[in-house]
Amino acid sequence: MSELNPAPRAKRPEFRNINALDDLPGYRWPLAAIVSGMHRASGLFMFLLMPFIIWMFDTSVSSEFSFARFTSAFTNGIGFVPGILVKLVALGLIWAYLHHFFAGMRHIRMDIFHTVTKEAGKSTAQLTLVLSLGLTVVLGAKLFGLY
Amino acid sequence: MSVNYGSKRIVVGAHYGLRDWLAQRVTGLLMAIFTAIVLAQVLLTKGPMGYDKWAGIFSTQWMKTLTFCVIVALLYHAWIGMREIFMDYVKPLSVRLSLQVFAIVWLVGCAGWAVQVLWRL
Repeated sequence: MSELNPAPRAKRPEFRNINALDDLPGYRWPLAAIVSGMHRASGLFMFLLMPFIIWMFDTSVSSEFSFARFTSAFTNGIGFVPGILVKLVALGLIWAYLHHFFAGMRHIRMDIFHTVTKEAGKSTAQLTLVLSLGLTVVLGAKLFGLY
Repeated sequence: MSVNYGSKRIVVGAHYGLRDWLAQRVTGLLMAIFTAIVLAQVLLTKGPMGYDKWAGIFSTQWMKTLTFCVIVALLYHAWIGMREIFMDYVKPLSVRLSLQVFAIVWLVGCAGWAVQVLWRL
């Protein structure tokens, strides 16, 4: 019956993020939002650097000769790119991978156990950051020859 | 007044949700397992890691097959993620479609290169 006699409805308000420059700086970024945003950013970063990742795979496994080129890239650089920059990009990739890895595990945990609460959202976001940043420091120290 | 959502579908829109949602998780798990397997082999290596030991990890037939599956999984996983980013931030259809074509060419090219490296080992 309601379909035959639809009650007139007030137009519902619409909220759109059209003024990015005015609105976005005012947004609150809780920890879970930071982890989520970084998940996306790290994925994009690895997508853009995928040719470099495959270059590392190619040179490191193809031959003894290319392996030497691979290792020297981190000290002598590649072409006009200095070695320190290669190391920094590699460190960025390590960080991006670790963050993406743990943030992805966080998502799978939410999907499997359906335990989506505000508290768990915050504590698992903290855990993600601690694990990814901690391991990045450990592996980064190795990369820069600190141990 | 029923709305036919079918007629509102556009070529680069969403609506293929569940399959891709599930695929992204399955491919992600596969890559996580692969990471653990490679890491275990690196950590179990005795002595300094040289070319022979590193390349040896990827040269066995089962590792080649697994790595091949992971390359395909990565291709699909990254495609779903990039499409998500384009759908969220890029509204003009022509720009979005162009970026999606670029992402596909980029990813398929990278996957082809990785498979080539793997298969001449």
